Amino acid sequence: MPFYVSPEQSMRDKADYARKGVARSRSSVVVQYSGGILMVTPNLSSVLHKISEIYDRIAFAAVGRYNEYEVLRKAGVTYADLTGYQFDRGDVTARGLANWYAQALGQNFSEPTGKPYEVEIVVAEVGAKPDSDQIYRISWDGSVSDEPGFVAFGGQADQVAATLKERFSDGLSLTEALGAALAALAAPAAAAPGQAAVANGAQPELTAANLEVAILDRARAHRTFRRLHGPRLEELIAASRAPAASTETTEAGADEAAADPAESADKPSAGKPSAGKPSAGKPPADEPPTGPSKPGDGSPL
Amino acid sequence: MGGFSNGTNRDQAAFLAARLPSFTQFLSSYDPALLPARDFGSPAFAMTTDVGADVIKNLPHATTIVAVTCERGVVMAGDRRATAGNMISKRDVEKVFRADEYSAIAMAGVASVGLEYIRLFGVELEHYEKMEGRTLSLEGKANRLGKMIRDNLMLAMQGLAMIPLFVGYDEEAGTGRIFSYDVAGGPYEEYRFHSIGSGSIFAKSALKKYYSDDMPVTDAILACVQSLYDAADDDSATGGPDLTRRIFPVIATITDDGFTRLSDAESADYAQQVVGERMRLPDGPNAPLRTAS
Repeated sequence: MPFYVSPEQSMRDKADYARKGVARSRSSVVVQYSGGILMVTPNLSSVLHKISEIYDRIAFAAVGRYNEYEVLRKAGVTYADLTGYQFDRGDVTARGLANWYAQALGQNFSEPTGKPYEVEIVVAEVGAKPDSDQIYRISWDGSVSDEPGFVAFGGQADQVAATLKERFSDGLSLTEALGAALAALAAPAAAAPGQAAVANGAQPELTAANLEVAILDRARAHRTFRRLHGPRLEELIAASRAPAASTETTEAGADEAAADPAESADKPSAGKPSAGKPSAGKPPADEPPTGPSKPGDGSPL
Repeated sequence: MGGFSNGTNRDQAAFLAARLPSFTQFLSSYDPALLPARDFGSPAFAMTTDVGADVIKNLPHATTIVAVTCERGVVMAGDRRATAGNMISKRDVEKVFRADEYSAIAMAGVASVGLEYIRLFGVELEHYEKMEGRTLSLEGKANRLGKMIRDNLMLAMQGLAMIPLFVGYDEEAGTGRIFSYDVAGGPYEEYRFHSIGSGSIFAKSALKKYYSDDMPVTDAILACVQSLYDAADDDSATGGPDLTRRIFPVIATITDDGFTRLSDAESADYAQQVVGERMRLPDGPNAPLRTAS
């Protein structure tokens, strides 16, 4: 027969357990930009994903134990597909999904036996305009918060969030948002260069090979989720790290080169940017194109 | 009890236990009443009552679909008419739908049942993709559709029959492929071209003369429109181009560029071209009597 444990104690223990579990993972970042929502996380694997599509305009990002958040991801996809099928595709909302996750996680947390989920989940929904974008964070105990604009979670979330807050503003372009995200993810290492034991400390430089990046592209019809990887991601990272003082045309030229790989007959291959492609008068040229995926467009899966 | 998720234990347990990448299978365990073929109670109901039979007979039926393979994929087109008995119940029915990025599905038979299955099929494909992180192979999609049609057999026997035509662009083979079904399932792979629906006999005869291997996409579209015109010419349940109301066949191309539904203006162009030529030759282009050697 178990000893009596006061509910406060048992809840506190569980919360500590879950918090430590999540703090051991790498930080992730979700940032709103003018063309949609960007999600960035360090990930060495190219097949085991931490960021995934849930529905047309809804994405899922998680930190913590992979097997636990995989189950939650699949449940979320099932919930979304069921709701969309019973009613209409437009009736599936991130808010409904976040509430569902809150109930599922909260239920699990308040079970007297068993372990809490060591996960933290972010559900993001892109709207027709930036005003209607939504980002929700759901913690291991089922608490939900609405995080307008950006959120950092997992690992050294506070430090990452602080840097992100400095760099964030409304109406960022994709490269600016990516630059902010990468700077924020590197912040804990920069702050404590000597501490090799810390999860985010002593980390290798963040490159396309050890990052998982995805966007919800506002302008795209139907399914807006796209993964960015390979040459497209490398170009974006390079562009985001280009000094802010370099010309608008340079950045626009680089991104336009990235956006139209099929027409690159006269553009240098990789490692430009050339100054010869001004995009004056066009919408931000670094936004991904709409329509069927072309090579370099980011892939839906 | 309805299937709407209200956060109760049952829903959570069911969703958290969802491991199968098949949405249809999930529904059949979670709430079978949500599946199209399960709603209707005892199987013998409709067949034994006159009222039942009348109701079934007067449900809108959708007709003639054609599919033609071409050099970069496949073209599928459908007429716009739905008939209920001898009445035209709808003039602008959409029968050709996008199933996913590289495939399309169209239906002939009872329109409402068809629409439900098409919707379910679309969700099924997307659900698999999201759960597993990869698209199904084209054969996998065709097989899943066959199973869904097979599940509808009881209803089909009561008169609520629906048959799809499924086409896709096979990325590995680099060709368009056509799959047909019967009321008990399928799929049967069709080569070159195919047609389903009440006007399909006439459409297929016409396509026999129009079709050539590896046609350019524009030619394939024209062949589709010509054959639908021929079907409408001989089958009262198939609608020809409605020039006064500007209602033209729905035409979709499925190629290496993915699924594209032609805009109304583009369909109008092709339809106008065909109608214009028919003003001079009402039976359509002549086919040579002997093949050139």
